[in-house]
Amino acid sequence: MAERAIGRDIAPPDLRAKITGRARYAEDFRAEGMLFAKLLLSPMPHCRVRRIDVSAALAMEGVVDILTADDPMMPEINGVAAEAALTNEPLYEGEPVLAVAAVDETTAADAIEAIRVDFEPLPFVVDPLDSLRPGGPNARTDGNIQWREGQTREIREFKWTDADFDAAGPDRLPMGEPQDEWNIGDVEDGFADADLVLEETLLHQSLSHHPMEPRSCMAYWQNGKLYLHSSTQSTARTHAALANRLGMDQADIVLVTEFCGGGFGSKISGAPITDVPAVLSRKTGRPVMLRVTRYEENYIGRARPGFQALAKMGFRNDGRVTAIDLFIVQDAGSYGSSGDFRTAGTVASLSYQPENMRFRAVSVYTNTPPRSAQRAPGGAQIVAMLEPIMDKAARELGIDRLDIRRVNAPGHDGWAGANQGSLSSCFAREALDIGAEVFGWEERSRLSATRRGTKSIGVGIGVSPFVGGSRGMDGLLVIRPDGKLYIHQGIGNLGTHSIADTGRAAADVLGMDWNDCEIVWGDTSRNLPWSSSQSGSQTTHAHTRANHAAGLDAKAKLQEIAAGALGGSPDAYDCADGRVFQSSNPGRGMSFADAARRAIDMGGRYSGHELPEDLNAMTVRSATNLAGEGLIGVARDNYGGEGGVWSWVMGFAQVEVDVETGQVDLTEYTGVTDCGTVLHPRSLGAQIHGGAVQGFGQARSQKWVFDPQWGVALAKRFYTARPPGILDVPLEMKWAAVDLPDPQTPVGAKGIGEPPVGAGAAAVASAVADALGGQCLCRTPLTTDVVIAALTGTEQPYRPLETHV
Amino acid sequence: MAVIRDMIPPCELFQPASIGDALNLLDQYGEDSWVLAGGLDSFDWFKDRIKRPEAIVDLGGIEELKGIQADGDGLVIGPMTSLTEVTTHPDVVGRFGLLAQAAALVATPQIRNQGTIGGNLSQDTRCWYYRGGWPCYRAGGNICYASAPKAMNAEHCVFGASRCVAVNPSDTAPAMIALDAQMVVTNSSGETVYDAEDFFIGPGIDIERMTVMEPGDLLTSIRIPGTWAGADFYFEKIRDRQSWDFSLVTVASAIRTSGGTIQDARISVNGVAPYPMRLDGAERAVIGQAPSDDTGIGAGDIAIRRAQPLRHNAYKLPLMKNLVRRAVRAEV
Repeated sequence: MAERAIGRDIAPPDLRAKITGRARYAEDFRAEGMLFAKLLLSPMPHCRVRRIDVSAALAMEGVVDILTADDPMMPEINGVAAEAALTNEPLYEGEPVLAVAAVDETTAADAIEAIRVDFEPLPFVVDPLDSLRPGGPNARTDGNIQWREGQTREIREFKWTDADFDAAGPDRLPMGEPQDEWNIGDVEDGFADADLVLEETLLHQSLSHHPMEPRSCMAYWQNGKLYLHSSTQSTARTHAALANRLGMDQADIVLVTEFCGGGFGSKISGAPITDVPAVLSRKTGRPVMLRVTRYEENYIGRARPGFQALAKMGFRNDGRVTAIDLFIVQDAGSYGSSGDFRTAGTVASLSYQPENMRFRAVSVYTNTPPRSAQRAPGGAQIVAMLEPIMDKAARELGIDRLDIRRVNAPGHDGWAGANQGSLSSCFAREALDIGAEVFGWEERSRLSATRRGTKSIGVGIGVSPFVGGSRGMDGLLVIRPDGKLYIHQGIGNLGTHSIADTGRAAADVLGMDWNDCEIVWGDTSRNLPWSSSQSGSQTTHAHTRANHAAGLDAKAKLQEIAAGALGGSPDAYDCADGRVFQSSNPGRGMSFADAARRAIDMGGRYSGHELPEDLNAMTVRSATNLAGEGLIGVARDNYGGEGGVWSWVMGFAQVEVDVETGQVDLTEYTGVTDCGTVLHPRSLGAQIHGGAVQGFGQARSQKWVFDPQWGVALAKRFYTARPPGILDVPLEMKWAAVDLPDPQTPVGAKGIGEPPVGAGAAAVASAVADALGGQCLCRTPLTTDVVIAALTGTEQPYRPLETHV
Repeated sequence: MAVIRDMIPPCELFQPASIGDALNLLDQYGEDSWVLAGGLDSFDWFKDRIKRPEAIVDLGGIEELKGIQADGDGLVIGPMTSLTEVTTHPDVVGRFGLLAQAAALVATPQIRNQGTIGGNLSQDTRCWYYRGGWPCYRAGGNICYASAPKAMNAEHCVFGASRCVAVNPSDTAPAMIALDAQMVVTNSSGETVYDAEDFFIGPGIDIERMTVMEPGDLLTSIRIPGTWAGADFYFEKIRDRQSWDFSLVTVASAIRTSGGTIQDARISVNGVAPYPMRLDGAERAVIGQAPSDDTGIGAGDIAIRRAQPLRHNAYKLPLMKNLVRRAVRAEV
């Protein structure tokens, strides 16, 4: 019988193309007569277009057309004007105002320079606290927060009182009326029960996503259909979002997105800017390519929301958390409804299982680029902020820093969030124990704050849970008369190998040799099923389930076909190595190729001519197109399951901080995960380490700087934003996995894309504080200026709540 | 006129094969010309359409500007020599290791392969207001945005401000000062030789330039005398990440010690002023002293006297002080 595919290292099918450069990304495509588009960006943080004079540009040779916000674009979502690709009221510097299509990019760029736009400056704000002040500016003309009530949302003005600000003083977070609040127990009781109470004002920067591939896209129209090449994390979801944005039927759009050069949450279901080539192409009747530049990507490429926060935590002598009182002011940027702050509260409750908790927050719009999910949205911020406080508590209580995490970490009976929702499974303590072993915590923790020349050693732990699954997606398989299994994937190829790895569930159910499996992905004309979005680390969980379900459907059909032809009951048949055969007499059976031919002849549900009723319309359309081409395995994931799905990474870091220069050298890193059953070890290691590297940048170097007087970005180049480079990463990093199945899902696997980020960030932030002798700097990033000021007792370069620095 | 970035506009490109041809072109186009070495600084400006020369004179084809030759007990370095060659050339590594260390910390291997020593020395400041196209003093305007009351200036200067508060970003410049190098500047009227510390100028002299070179001038040769060959060198560059990052503060020193006493010293820093600074006060203070931590601390204190930090960059003072201290004291 074929070796099980799950749990092995198997190279993904797109590997060679990526390594050899044959992989074609959106901007690699060309079409006859193709035009190039260029964007005109807002020079101001908030303004209104009074007048646009395009006459000189249109008169230039080679300029074909100009698209403005007056051309039909995106309407609204839930009653709130959604972010359109182009606007007449830019809400941030760098927001696209219009696009020029010309025969080449140089002409289009020259045409942009020939356009005169008369902008009326409007009041703007970049610091959420400034907007909350009485009489403070609003980022939008209609208000500064998005108010939710049930499904309805509206923009409202939301202000605190002078008394709220006066009560806090300059460097403690002011805490006026929250927009969101939930309570578990009573925090005051929790603090009364505590032997130690710590309170810190905390600051977390916003961070651009900086994917290697900007959100370039190319579009053309043929026979009334839109063909679009774009960069996206999720194929099926982007297909649906595009149809919604453009007011079209999904069946009239062909989306080609075979490769994605990184998204990190900024390309979950495409990008508004995609509308520009789509609409320009319809307008001009010619293909249009928009190559988004690195400069433009910095503005329109999304960012993680920053937090200004206050955490008050109570501890008993054994380290148990009696109460958490958390208040978050989130920088919501200019568009959207980032839920980071809510997730942050949930993650804090999950990590520490406090006996009492109060969560309060307000999310305030600013005239800075739009925020969106970024790899562990809310989770990565809150663990980087709270883990150093856990260290401080351990130090003051005289207990080991590993122990304080073990004492508070949940087991299977743990809970998360306002509703204290249950967990599908939780091996957090097991992951901590393995991490302590692999990292050598007992020995290394003795190095804490010891000196090697001018270098002070610090070690730290980062406990980082994040959402790891969802349920109810569709799987779609075809066994063709060539005997191969074709696994159709509506998920996107965002660089994680999940297009191949989640298909292993179907292969193993059918006992199929992986070499006889083909992955079909990345082009909606190839008949893809409805899928989860590639966000919230759902994919591994959701699509091992969906492919498992489709695999069982195919297997049942194979058994029925064999029993019909060879006699006996279907139950008496099994599948392996491309054959369906009698379990008691393996010689009696037929090949999958034969079964596929019979399925085509039999029609009905066997060939896809009859389909289950609970499938998504996209899956129905795809399966219908495939009907008659082989034996169709298709099913919705109806496995159900109890509890929220959460995965964990425990990060362990060692740093050396030069006490004379503030230089931080990260020398060791180990990440250990509970993500259920391991699907693909090598790929898992890449996620644990790759995510951690992103977290290292978050904790140490990555900047987001705005001039508060003018409201415009300063660290807007790759080199000034300073994401980490290879020399900022330890030479060798280790990883391990608990590798115990989640009992609530058939394959046992949970997602892992996101929790590694917070683990890396929190472990490093804790390690730096440790090297500084337990001095919690309570902010990110811990850049050289901040560290050297702390080491030398010099005035800190920024006030504790000073944001966008 | 609207602004667009990241798109080089068309212009004339000249690729002369000799210094003479290059100088003729520079004379012909005057202020509208641009000297292109490795392009790492230039292409940013061109892509952003902020500097829009009519004619670009690419020095890449001029063989006489390339290579490293012995000159008595010193070296002559062609300004178009790649930074990679500077970091690996046996004479540089063996006798003037300070320069090799400095060049090795520039940016990334790819940039060092393409970037030149002359370009690294002549590069423009990285002030993010100026590089962003703001109409500041240095760009011909009449305001410094980086010293405004709310400005973001953690990476700006603590010395030498004169309307402009930008810093010189070159890693190799302080090494050249510590090695007492000379810069040979040629134009159609002839050759002028400058000491390295005079080659770099502050905004008080000319706010729109980083060096003495004016339109029509070419850096044609870099001379490193044998004076400091094989001395005790110290180079350290402090930055927020360990590749592709400009320095916050850099120190370069050359020291000769005999009988436990410092006989002679040259110490230079960068990242703290609009030009690389020679610290002659600190040098005088350490000569005749033991290379001890105390001597270093004393020199560091002298070095940061009269510093005038901006709102966000007071951290540069202890950092600079400690770097001078490390440069002076023998290994801990």
